[in-house]
Amino acid sequence: MEPILAMLVGALFTVAIYLFLSKHVIRILMGAAILGNAVNLLIFTAGRVTREVPPIIPGDADALTGAAANPLPQALILTAIVISFSFFAFLLVLGYRAFQELETDSSDDMRVAEPVGDKTPPAGY
Amino acid sequence: MAGKSEALQDLSVAYVMQPVAAADWLIIAPVIWCILVGALLLMLRKRTDLQPLIAIPALALLVLMTLGLLVHVFQSGTLSMTMGRWLPPFGISFTVDLLGAFFAATSALVALGAGIYGRSDVDDTGRRYGFYPFLMLIMAGILGAFLTGDIFNLYVWFEVLLISSFGLLVLGSERKQLDGAVKYAFLNLIATTLFLVATGYLYGLFGTLNMADIAIRASELRGTAPLMTLVTLFLLAFAMKAAAFPVNFWLPASYHTPRLVVSALFAGLLTKVGIYALLRILGMLFPFEREELSFLIAIAAALTMILGVMGALAQNDIRRSLGFLVISGIGVMMAGLALGSPAGLSGAILYAAHSMVVMTALYFAAGVAARLGGSFELTSAGGLYAKNAAIAAMTLMLFLSVAGLPPFSGFWPKIMLVKASLDIGAWWLAGSILVTGLLTTITVGRIWALAYWRPAVHEDQGAAALGPLPAGATIALAGLVAITVAAGVWPEPVMALAQDAARGLLDPSAYVLSVFPVEASQ
Repeated sequence: MEPILAMLVGALFTVAIYLFLSKHVIRILMGAAILGNAVNLLIFTAGRVTREVPPIIPGDADALTGAAANPLPQALILTAIVISFSFFAFLLVLGYRAFQELETDSSDDMRVAEPVGDKTPPAGY
Repeated sequence: MAGKSEALQDLSVAYVMQPVAAADWLIIAPVIWCILVGALLLMLRKRTDLQPLIAIPALALLVLMTLGLLVHVFQSGTLSMTMGRWLPPFGISFTVDLLGAFFAATSALVALGAGIYGRSDVDDTGRRYGFYPFLMLIMAGILGAFLTGDIFNLYVWFEVLLISSFGLLVLGSERKQLDGAVKYAFLNLIATTLFLVATGYLYGLFGTLNMADIAIRASELRGTAPLMTLVTLFLLAFAMKAAAFPVNFWLPASYHTPRLVVSALFAGLLTKVGIYALLRILGMLFPFEREELSFLIAIAAALTMILGVMGALAQNDIRRSLGFLVISGIGVMMAGLALGSPAGLSGAILYAAHSMVVMTALYFAAGVAARLGGSFELTSAGGLYAKNAAIAAMTLMLFLSVAGLPPFSGFWPKIMLVKASLDIGAWWLAGSILVTGLLTTITVGRIWALAYWRPAVHEDQGAAALGPLPAGATIALAGLVAITVAAGVWPEPVMALAQDAARGLLDPSAYVLSVFPVEASQ
């Protein structure tokens, strides 16, 4: 199971990086969404995939008796999902507001903060 | 049934049984305090008159807490506290060594300065958008990152400070800010995601996220696990957060766009959290891999400092020039990391603390200059010395300090780093630190000559100024200048502190012992 998931993670990273290389903010946003999912799947796979054995300690023991699913990656992913979701929401609004104010979706044309042909500092006193 | 109840009574297999000593609550108190005050200020968002009155005393108390923590760590060694009483590595540990406490205290001082300066710099609109709540929450993120002893928790604090920094960056939603924020947000998101990728791999290899636990196991796994890949990923992620060349381009695109006090806070603190993480993870947890990568880090460091200062030299806007000087300073700290010797690491630590104070103060000085002269542009600024000689003198001290000239705080860490480079024969690294110092002197000297010494360019200059200089701005600037002068004239205490912190990084046994007292004593 792990090799298949690993390949899927790789494919998702490829797609995300391809989208990041675009200069259109909307594509970069999609890349960010896919990247978040790729990382979550990566953490899930890194925690080892085990089927159908919940990590519950029987009543007469005080430790797990055999192999069981690892609950920690799920906690990590849950945290990461919440964070990447809130970031994505913020970035969507930011991208939209930038489009409204700057009237462009292309990062090549976003030169308000660093204008082309900005004044050079005075060469003499 | 008897067996079951007995098992339930034996809680010591899962729990930390000793109650936490009252003084040890200082470990977590700064973070809790920031979040609580941030929440309170969020509720009082519309009471713009009340916000600074609550936030500034709260930040003053934060300074006292972090200084108390520093003294406590200095006296009783590395402290650790595990959340929910679960035995480490299952509970999330907060572990504070000298490095974390030193950076926490310095950053709290800087935040107090920003709180005071913000009183005059951020108007009612900015306060209604939540300047003070964001300030408290970004401090929660920064202090959490400095104090935590768990890598995933470090990631969470990075995100806390990042989302707060987004809020501060777009305060007011001007065109320039949105433009800068798009670049800042996406590139920083990629950096933290890379950090998360590395954390995922780390968990897959080690099965633990507790830093002390990793420090123990790294030597066992070194032969079999692909630790170089892991550490290189961490290096890339944190170098991007620290704005090292060639992944620094988000910083000059955005740092001059927000309100001045926000730029000052970012310049002082955000990149240093990246440096802290590099020191912690490469310096303490994976010293062998850091040694392997040291040549790469050294080249990146030299390029960062030289290209940073050349960028500063080419700018007309004082704030943009200062943004490039932040990058240049990161190069100097990276040089210390590349050296990795006690002298190199302590130089990097001291330079980071110096840079927190001085970069923030420089932005404050730029804001005061713009208030007096009405402009951030070198072409039109002038006559500030004639207008206010005291401010001009304080600014000159900061300029000399950032250039690394004695007797100010930038001089000593640079001496340590140059000497540490020459000790191992890395003359080119020492040379680039010195050339950077020279170019920085030229950059700031030109700013001083043009904006301060030169007579006013236009006759009506000053009419455009925004009224009289507010007391808060002068107090914040003078306080930070006093720190850099004091640390420059009397450097022994801070140098000793940085050297002890570096020793704690190179020999993490005290760090491990504070998290696992039983295992280590067996």
